[in-house]
Amino acid sequence: MTFLSTATLVARKDLLVEARSREVIYTSLLFAISCMLVFAFGLVKDGRVIADAAGAILWITIAFAGTLALSRIFDRERQNETLRALLLAPTPRAAIYVGKFAGVLGLLLLVEGIVVPLVVLMFDAQLFRHTGWMLGLLLAGSAGYAAVGTLFAAMLARSRSRGALLPVLLYPITVPVIIGGVRGTAALLQPEADLVLARAWLMMLIAFDAVFITLSLWTFEPAMTE
Amino acid sequence: MDFTSLTFSNVSRHFGRRRALSSVSFAVHAGQVVALLGANGSGKSTLLSIAATLLEASSGEVRYGEVTARGGGAGLRRAIGVLGHDLYVYPELSAAENLRFFGHLYGLDKVEHRVAAALGAAALADRGDDPVATYSRGMRQRLALERALLHEPRLLLLDEPFTGLDDPSSLALRGRLAHLRERGGIVLLTTHELEAIETLVDAAYVLVRGRVQPLINGAGSLRERYRQQVEA
Amino acid sequence: MRRLFPVLLVLCMALFAYAPFLILNAPYESTMGLVQKIFYFHVSTAITMFVSAFTCGIASAIFLFGRRPAADRVGFAAAELTVLLGLVVLISGPLWARKAWGVWWQWDARLTSTLVMWLVFQAYLLLRRFGGPGSEKLAAAVGLFGAALVPFVYWSVNMWRTVHPTTNVVPTLDASMRGPFLWCVAAFLCLYVLLLAARTELEKRRSRLDELYLALED
Repeated sequence: MTFLSTATLVARKDLLVEARSREVIYTSLLFAISCMLVFAFGLVKDGRVIADAAGAILWITIAFAGTLALSRIFDRERQNETLRALLLAPTPRAAIYVGKFAGVLGLLLLVEGIVVPLVVLMFDAQLFRHTGWMLGLLLAGSAGYAAVGTLFAAMLARSRSRGALLPVLLYPITVPVIIGGVRGTAALLQPEADLVLARAWLMMLIAFDAVFITLSLWTFEPAMTE
Repeated sequence: MDFTSLTFSNVSRHFGRRRALSSVSFAVHAGQVVALLGANGSGKSTLLSIAATLLEASSGEVRYGEVTARGGGAGLRRAIGVLGHDLYVYPELSAAENLRFFGHLYGLDKVEHRVAAALGAAALADRGDDPVATYSRGMRQRLALERALLHEPRLLLLDEPFTGLDDPSSLALRGRLAHLRERGGIVLLTTHELEAIETLVDAAYVLVRGRVQPLINGAGSLRERYRQQVEA
Repeated sequence: MRRLFPVLLVLCMALFAYAPFLILNAPYESTMGLVQKIFYFHVSTAITMFVSAFTCGIASAIFLFGRRPAADRVGFAAAELTVLLGLVVLISGPLWARKAWGVWWQWDARLTSTLVMWLVFQAYLLLRRFGGPGSEKLAAAVGLFGAALVPFVYWSVNMWRTVHPTTNVVPTLDASMRGPFLWCVAAFLCLYVLLLAARTELEKRRSRLDELYLALED
């Protein structure tokens, strides 16, 4: 099986599995909404959200919901040791990573599809004034987060203390993604959107994606085989 | 890639200070069914993981014919089938979908045909489209065996394959393994169900705290000889 | 390394012995006066910490792709030292900030970047400790990613924060301050090499001990 066809096969299988139970999508969505609610209690004053907080709420919610989704997806693989079955297959191991990464990214984007409009509504944030830029930031940021998250969640799937360790590992390493997402969104939310600044953040996110997807592709096989 | 023997030469494996396997040496040839016996924690699963190329030996060498584990790569994996303790099937998918997925993953031709044949062999044809989560342990075991055999591997590794099987299924499994032996397959299995494999195995090895010894020959059932050896 | 160790040790002691004199005689900085002089050790430690992070990254890569156990020992030692040095930076920084600007922490770009890197390498250590068997390779992946992260953290945190009073210390450094500063950097780098060597040797002894335990069982 070629690299790409393996990755597609794995991604489609994940999609099918998720479509059957819909467990991860439902729990991630509900969690995301609860998250936003909790933030609201902290950051909404006199019925309006504190300046620039809307972008922060959006990205932090994505990060938290992402961690939840990642844990659950890989816990599921671990329960039946199906990750081992995938590693046993005569396919390039990195292709398995790509397939899972695509699945995680898809899930994340799906959650964002609900969360972003909610943020617009609940916090009166004009996120769609520059739709193209906003979508660019969301895609680039989510890709970076999913790339690192998928690798670490896979690595930790068979470790002790994996639940506690995933956030501890993931959040510091995805700091540039969070900063890029939040500040890029803030630049777009200015009364006079600062497109130059937004572009700079977008470029950084894309560079982050390029570097870390590549590193993950190289590291997946050595890290997953004992 | 094909081969006619699996050879362990002085294989050891440790995890930190804990030694799981110690200077293990044995060989299994095409057309043989070999059993690994031993108490829980004696290193059986570790040995099977190493044979499956999922784990590397800390020292010593594992050869598949002339090829080493590291040199084998994807081609080697194509010739190995594993029935693990945890079954390796997706509970959310149906038996047919599971088999189809693994069929495509292994790059097999005529996948639908093979899936149908596998479901038939597992006596799951009528339940083929139900999610595996609704199956009994025995049904899942049968499916997992078919999944492991789908790509017609030369080497078949089975970790406690008789667990949870009722008598008819156990008989069917014995029949499958005997058939595989006739076709020149190499079968290495671990089990506690010594009665089930009584007439099936060509040789048996006993693992005691990471060390392997051949099971003593002689009169008496497998279980008698095993007990004798372990208590010695 | 064994023969070089005593030589480096003496050199290091000499560098540190003379450093206070150099610092004492260095000119006062115009706005902060005496307080600024903590910078000689604070920034030297920061530079050494980043050297350590890269050392860990490179050693981790060698371990992951080249499968050399010696590289893992170096990586582990480097990660520990990164955390230790980071702690020194994160303590001396606020001490300086408090005296110079009246606030313990103001999310200064460099201190914040240091905090992020500190967290990454602390995660390395936690993974090794709590991850169970086989976590050496996982930690190495974290080490590698951590080292690759440095430019991104630096850039994004810098962009996130607007101007900090002394963003580019070394280039705009007064010529008469440059000498003592480089001396201190040399002293810390020398100390780092010594600590790394000692810690790696300790790890080597520990694995040797494991081997002996295993041999004993045979």
